[in-house]
Amino acid sequence: MQTRRIRWHIAVFLAPAVLVYTAVMIFPLFNTLRLALFTEVDQNRIYVGLQNFRTLFFDPIWSEQFWNALGNNFWFFLVHMLVQNPIGVALAAILSHPRLRFAALYRSAIFIPTILSFVIVGFAWKLILSPLWGIAPSMLDAVGLKSLFAPWLGKEEYALTTLALVSVWQFVGIPMMLIYAALLSIPEEILEAGEIDGITGASAFWKIKLPLILPSIGIISILTFVGNFNAFDLIYVSQGALAGPDFSTDILGTFMYRTFFGFQLQLGDPHMGSAIAGAMFAIILVGVCIYLFGIQTRMRRYQM
Amino acid sequence: MNKARSNPLNTAAMHGALILYTLIALFPVFVIIINSFKTRRAIFREPLALPDAESFSLIGYQTVMKQGDFFLYFQNSLIVTVVSLAFVLLFGAMAAYALSEYKFKGNTLMGLYLALGIMIPIRIGTVAILEMMVATGLVNTLWALIFVYTAQGLPLAVFILSEFMRQVSDDLKNAGRVDGLSEYTIFFRLVLPLVRPAMATVAVFNMIPIWNDLWFPLILAPAEETKTLTLGSQVFIGQFVTDWNAVLSALSMAILPVLVLYVIFSRQLIRGITSGAVK
Repeated sequence: MQTRRIRWHIAVFLAPAVLVYTAVMIFPLFNTLRLALFTEVDQNRIYVGLQNFRTLFFDPIWSEQFWNALGNNFWFFLVHMLVQNPIGVALAAILSHPRLRFAALYRSAIFIPTILSFVIVGFAWKLILSPLWGIAPSMLDAVGLKSLFAPWLGKEEYALTTLALVSVWQFVGIPMMLIYAALLSIPEEILEAGEIDGITGASAFWKIKLPLILPSIGIISILTFVGNFNAFDLIYVSQGALAGPDFSTDILGTFMYRTFFGFQLQLGDPHMGSAIAGAMFAIILVGVCIYLFGIQTRMRRYQM
Repeated sequence: MNKARSNPLNTAAMHGALILYTLIALFPVFVIIINSFKTRRAIFREPLALPDAESFSLIGYQTVMKQGDFFLYFQNSLIVTVVSLAFVLLFGAMAAYALSEYKFKGNTLMGLYLALGIMIPIRIGTVAILEMMVATGLVNTLWALIFVYTAQGLPLAVFILSEFMRQVSDDLKNAGRVDGLSEYTIFFRLVLPLVRPAMATVAVFNMIPIWNDLWFPLILAPAEETKTLTLGSQVFIGQFVTDWNAVLSALSMAILPVLVLYVIFSRQLIRGITSGAVK
């Protein structure tokens, strides 16, 4: 045991993951970032340095779309943080109550929207909110609020928030499940020790459970951030590649798609698409660095 | 001692909140499914009514069956999801164990390298991925999707699993070492069973995006024989957008297999989560 050997098992444990990950994810990523520095003239790739980025940020035609998509994307994220995650934590806190009956039933039912595809969710809500079908207005009518109804997906000022809430409706199960698992892993002795000291109910949640599940909440926040800045499908399915009305639901994902593959009469431009991908990469990088170095390292960990 | 935790008023409030949210979660699915069994006229006249003898109709399903090959789509989705998940869980757990258990040169760096993939949507690399799949002849095969989804799932799997593996008691592993177990045996026999709840979490996290992804099937495998259920239903609904019966039936048929899968798999998930709680 004294002599230091090469520990081959470490390499064996790491190899499959590292190989697949490098070949299919990291290499194409950097290849794409490299493509952002080129442009195509007469079917030849020409190196243009940062010209594509200059166009994206400063050319009025491009920059207006870019900042619009970026702003929308931040709003999209904010709605998720303020609505989805608190609801998820609250549901998990209720569900993890030790004597709650039917907990499994509730949990399974609430998770159902999360397993549905964007195609189903997008079309289903589009139909339900459609003034043509009239489910939403007639339900509002039943509670005397018909005047509140508007074709939300068709109005510039509401469409993005509506879609963000649809997305919240779909994904609330994920924070719920993660927090639920974290809450269940808190040992009973800790809670009982708290009870002896008179800490029960809501204060047990705020003073004992919440600090213990903070790492999970941190993970959920960063997952939400990355997921939102990567979002595309829901908006594409319900509003199309043009992210209407009048680009009011355009986020970076749909903007990249439009640029990359083209739409209607505009031809696809993989190089400008790659430049947008590069910008998305930078934004996400900043967010993740804030999490990794600003939040995660300061969080206390308890071995339970 | 437990009296303090079971106040009847509290219990009622908790059930109230849960029932309300459950209704919100299930309502759209319910509306889609009941209306898929109705005539066009009944869909518009009484959207919230259950189908009865007069309004019952299977016309939408007949259209779907005639026009789309949903069984093949379903089979493709199933193969891609199951194989990718198996790779993600196995490779991910192995790498997570290496990172959380052993001190070696470059450990932190390797962890950061693998974690990089959580923040990078793999879609950013789409141009280059497509080029690569064309060059290797994997375009329009299910393997193209399996590789992409495995690579996509690994970083998160490694991240979550190593968070959990750090919480596995060192005494247990050292006891195994004292008993002369190899590192592989310790991993597969002692550590893996203890992180089952985390594996279930990872499985949920990966299964959903893989099954539901629209982007990569569209780019890498749009051929009729490799279409996944998500892409298949998207294309179908896009074509039949004004035929409400067909659209509602197609939506219901896309919901059904997922629901069945979910019923099977949620038991395992719940068992996994609860078995982790009694440690």
